Amino acid sequence: MSRVGLVHAVVFFGALTLLPFGVGPQWILNLLIFTLMYASLASAWNLVGGYAGYPSLGHAAFFGVGAYAIAILFENSVGDGYLPFFVLPLIGVGAALLSVPIGWIAMRTRADVFAIVTITLLFMAQTLAFNLRSVTGGAQGLGVAGPPFSADTYNRPFYFAMLALLALAMGVSFYFRRSKLGLSLSAVRADEDKAHGVGVRVTGVKLIAFATSVGITAMVGGVWAYYVGFIYPQFAVDPLITIGMVLMTFLGGRATLWGPVIGAFILVPAQQYFAYEYGASQVYLLAYAAIFLVVMLLLPRGILPTITDRLRDRRKRTLRQATEFPEENTPQDAGIVGERQGAAR
Amino acid sequence: MHAFIQAVILGVLTGGVYALMASGQTLIFGIMKVINLGQAAFVVLAAYLTFSLFTLTGMDPFVSILITTPILFVIGAAIQWALLRPLRPGDATELSLLVTFAVALGLEGLLAITYNTTFRSIQPGYENFSWTILGYQVNMVRLFAFLLSIAMLGLLYLLLKHTKFGRAIRATVQNPMSAQLLGVNSKMVAAFGFGLGAATAAAAGAVFGLVSPFNPGSHYDLISRLLTIVVLGGLGSIGGSIVAALVMGVGSAVIAALVSPIWSDFSFFVMLLVVLLFRPRGLFGARVRGAL
Repeated sequence: MSRVGLVHAVVFFGALTLLPFGVGPQWILNLLIFTLMYASLASAWNLVGGYAGYPSLGHAAFFGVGAYAIAILFENSVGDGYLPFFVLPLIGVGAALLSVPIGWIAMRTRADVFAIVTITLLFMAQTLAFNLRSVTGGAQGLGVAGPPFSADTYNRPFYFAMLALLALAMGVSFYFRRSKLGLSLSAVRADEDKAHGVGVRVTGVKLIAFATSVGITAMVGGVWAYYVGFIYPQFAVDPLITIGMVLMTFLGGRATLWGPVIGAFILVPAQQYFAYEYGASQVYLLAYAAIFLVVMLLLPRGILPTITDRLRDRRKRTLRQATEFPEENTPQDAGIVGERQGAAR
Repeated sequence: MHAFIQAVILGVLTGGVYALMASGQTLIFGIMKVINLGQAAFVVLAAYLTFSLFTLTGMDPFVSILITTPILFVIGAAIQWALLRPLRPGDATELSLLVTFAVALGLEGLLAITYNTTFRSIQPGYENFSWTILGYQVNMVRLFAFLLSIAMLGLLYLLLKHTKFGRAIRATVQNPMSAQLLGVNSKMVAAFGFGLGAATAAAAGAVFGLVSPFNPGSHYDLISRLLTIVVLGGLGSIGGSIVAALVMGVGSAVIAALVSPIWSDFSFFVMLLVVLLFRPRGLFGARVRGAL
C-alpha cells in the first residue's frame, strides 16, 4: 500500500472505531450499522462483480443463508451474547463451500448467463425460505434470542461486528488488487478467452472470487439477522439487498478499493432519509431505479475513477506547463485495475 | 394416470403462454444480444393495463390486447432508444443487464404506487369456465390463451420472414456490420425490435392476468421462469424457446400434480442448472459469440 493509502485506511478505520465512544444518539449508530453493512456487502460484491466482471444478481440469497443460519442456531439462547459473532466465520466458510458447485456451473458460461443463474437462485432461495416451514418458519418468520447487552451500549457489538466485516472485505479487496489473483481476474474481465490462452487459470480464479464474496455476504447476513432480531423470508432474501450492493458499487466505482464504500456512505443515509420522509418502500424502489439509470448513463465508471482521472489530467497539464516540453508518454500510476486493463488491450 | 394426463394438458396450455412471453425475450436477445431482465415486468405492466381497461370500461381482456400491444411497443422502443442505445459498446452487455433490471424495478415501483401491492386478478366472469372432454378438464381461458399464443407466434413468424422489416431484423441478427453496409438502419432496427419484443408482452400480460393473480412483485417469479426457458431453448432461437416453454410447462405441471407445487417452482432452477451443466447452449442454440 502506498503511504497515502495507508494513511487513508488508518484514519478511516481509526475514526470509525472511536466514534461509538463519542457519539450519544443511538439513531446515529443505528444508521452507521446499516451503512457499514452495505459498505461490506458492496465491497464483497465488488470482488466478483467488479474485479471479475461477473455481475451477480443473486447475492441476497447468500445473505439470507447467513441470516437463517444465525436465526436457526440461536433461536433459543445466545449465551453471553457474543457467541453468534464467533460462529460467523464458520457460517462464512459454509456459505462459500455451498456456493462453489453453483458458481462452477454458472461460471462455465459468460457473464449474462451467470446473471440469469444468480437471479434465478435468488428467487429459488426465497421460495425455499417461504416453504421449508419446519426449518425457516415460513412466512411467520423466525426470531433470534435477545442478547443480554445493556440498553446504553446495545448497538456497539453489532457496530463493531459490521466494522470488522468491512475491514475484512476491504482487506480481501486490497489483497486481490495486489496479488496475482487480482491480475488474473482483471485479465478475465478484459478478455476471458485470451486470459485462458495465456495460461490464466480462469475457472479457479473466478470461483475463488465468487466463494470469497459469497462468504463475506453470508457473514454480514448473520450479523444483520442477530441485530434485527426477527427475520422474514421477504426481507432476508430481498432483491433490494442485491440492488443495493450493485448500485453502491457502480456509484462509487467498481473494481476500486474505496468505490463501494463511498457508494454505501452516500446511498444508505439517503435511503434511510427517504424511508423516514416518505415511508413507503415503493418510493425508494423507484428512486433506486432512477439513480441506477442515471449512474449507468451519465457516470458508468462511478465517482471514484472519474475523479481520479480528472485529477490526473490536471496534474499532467500543470506538468506540461512547467516543463515546456510536453511529455509524450507520461508514466501511468500503477495499481488501478481499470488501467491495467487498458494496457492489456 | 388420469392426474398425469390432466397435468400434461394443463402444462401444454400453460407452456403456450410461456412460449409467447419467451419469444419476445428471445427476439430481443437475437437482435441486440441483450438479456432483457425487464421482460417479465412488461408482462406484469400489460396485465395491469388490461386490468384497468377491464375495470374502467368493461372491455374484454382479449379485445384490449389490440390497445395494449401498441402501448407496449412504444414503451419498449422508447426504453431502447433512451436507455440502451447510449451505452458504450465496450461493456454494453454487462451494463444492459443492469439497465433492464433497473427498468424492471422502476416499473415495479410505479405499479406499486399506482395500484398498491395487493394481488389483483382479471375476472370477466368466464375465467373459471372449462369444458370436460373425455373426462379431462380443459379450461377455456387457458385454451384461448394457448390459441392466441400460437396466433401471435404465427404473426411474428410472418413478420420476420415475409416483410422488409423482418428481413432487416434477421440481417441484423446474423451480422450487424454487413447489414449496416447494405443500408439497414441498425439503430432503428434495434429500437423497433426491442419494441416488438415488448409488444409480445401485451398479449402475454392479458392472459397472465386471467390465469393467475398478480401484484407488482410478480415479475420476479416470472422472470426466473422465462430466463430458464430461454436458456433451455438456446439463447436467440425462437423455435427453441417454444419447445422449451412446452417442455417446462408440462414438466412443472406434472411435478405440481404428482409431487407438490413448491417443487414445481424449484424444477425450473434445477432444470436451468442441468442444462448449463450438460448443454450450455441449450437445446437448439447456435453458438452465439459473446453470449455463451
